[in-house]
Amino acid sequence: MQIDSGPFMPAVRAEKLTKVFDELRAVDAIDFQIEEGECFGFLGPNGAGKSTTMRMMHCASPITSGKLEVLGMDVNDRSRDVKAVIGVAPQENNLDPDFTVRRNLTVYGRYFGLPKDVLEERADRLLEFMQLSEKRDERIQEISGGMKRRLIIARAMMNDPRLLILDEPTTGLDPQARHLIWEKVRELKRKKVTVILTTHYMDEAERLCDRLVIMDHGKIILEGKPRDLIDSVIGTDVMEIDVPTDEMEAYVKGQGWQYERTIDRLLIFTKEGQKTAAEIKERFAMSYYLIRNATLEDVFLRSTGRALVE
Amino acid sequence: MSLISNISWRSLALWKRNRDVFLTTWKTNFLPPFLEPILYLVAMGLGFGALIQADIVYGGESVEYIKFLAPGLVAISIMYGAFFECTYSSFVRMYYQKTFDAILATPLSLEDIITGEILWGATKSFVNATIVLGVIAVLGYAELPGLLLIPLIAFVGGLMFASLAMLFTALVPNMDSFNYPFFLFITPMFLFSGTFFPLSVLPEWGQQLAMTLPLTHISNMTRDLSYNMLTTEVAIGAAYIIVLTAVCFLGSVYLMKKRLVK
Repeated sequence: MQIDSGPFMPAVRAEKLTKVFDELRAVDAIDFQIEEGECFGFLGPNGAGKSTTMRMMHCASPITSGKLEVLGMDVNDRSRDVKAVIGVAPQENNLDPDFTVRRNLTVYGRYFGLPKDVLEERADRLLEFMQLSEKRDERIQEISGGMKRRLIIARAMMNDPRLLILDEPTTGLDPQARHLIWEKVRELKRKKVTVILTTHYMDEAERLCDRLVIMDHGKIILEGKPRDLIDSVIGTDVMEIDVPTDEMEAYVKGQGWQYERTIDRLLIFTKEGQKTAAEIKERFAMSYYLIRNATLEDVFLRSTGRALVE
Repeated sequence: MSLISNISWRSLALWKRNRDVFLTTWKTNFLPPFLEPILYLVAMGLGFGALIQADIVYGGESVEYIKFLAPGLVAISIMYGAFFECTYSSFVRMYYQKTFDAILATPLSLEDIITGEILWGATKSFVNATIVLGVIAVLGYAELPGLLLIPLIAFVGGLMFASLAMLFTALVPNMDSFNYPFFLFITPMFLFSGTFFPLSVLPEWGQQLAMTLPLTHISNMTRDLSYNMLTTEVAIGAAYIIVLTAVCFLGSVYLMKKRLVK
């Protein structure tokens, strides 16, 4: 199999990538480039187009227009070759309930045409890697949600992929299980595997992603390194004021500060948290306030809005 | 035609998956096709057959009722083996277990998956029919060497019923909807395809109608081969099976793509 692998070949390159379902433009002419060996995140509210983009990358969903290359191969005419060298951990739990934990790995590996000895060796190694060795002979129905997610990631690695797609790998997991998965993703990054991740947890994206995009309504609205995005969109600090008054808001506005008024809070985005707090404290009596570090969650809410997406 | 060019040897990996599941529960899988024909032979052949005084004339020869019935049971097992597998079982794998979705992330194409499912459905017909055939051969209701060709008919006929079944699986919104093809199509065939009584007792229009049904051809073929009669019906049946299989196979792959690729 021929893969064009120049030194500067990106892992994924999308140009004007578009997906239209009936009337809905789920993905609307987006451009992005993912470098080999990096961990790249797709964030966005439900229906933003993240999963559709993932599905186009692993050739489950044909693209409507534009161009999409994965590891130098066009997804339109080389879908088998693309699927042979990438790993996919889907959002939906689609482990095979007819088989045991270990058999899920060997049967899945067989779809890649791997010989038996390779299947056996990889299954054991991946069970070890994901700390599932003890559960090897359990049925899928008998293991916990966290174990299922780990098994899905192990399964995605059976073909020793150069690029791994993790669609919401930690949704619904307890903190222990999440931390374990994070460790494993970092380990993969050290092994120079390109990891593409979608998540609703901003702390997860902040910890794992080298770069990320935030999508909304099928478009990419922000792109960059997590730290840079926080600095440019929010600043370093956020001052949260409980039960603010209109005078307070008018004052903040008058100072030309970046702020946001939610139903019960006033958020002031600043690079000088202590100084801002001192100024406001001097003028207004405040029942409660908080100064904290700006996070990716602030960036996310500020860029995609607080309205619920149903 | 990309529907055909997207089919590869990789569909065998899907076939192997289903085989592995089948073999892990082999005891429960092999028992029904072994016991069912015995029940039918006792109830219909011995019990009901005792009421039938005259022998039945088939292909110019007269046979006792139980011997007439036996090859019909093989034909029925061919129909049910593949049709059940590629309706209920395939639907469970596609809709509830999301097995197709998972496999689509590997180098298998959807065409490979559907082909593998249909090959597996045909294998179920082959396995079940061969067990039934073994039972009736031991009891002396099928003769050498004709019966040796019946497993082949079972596989090819299995491909036809599997493809037909897959057509419905691609179309139904939910599992309950399978009641329609079973009630309107499979059960009438089960009863009126020359399985339990010779078609010659039907009026002319009834006989012609029966000849349009897939099971009639399978039933005629298994009976002719069981009796070592090589009639033109074997050739007509073979042509019918090939044409219907090709049409249903391509139709089901096309409709499955429409259903699953979004």
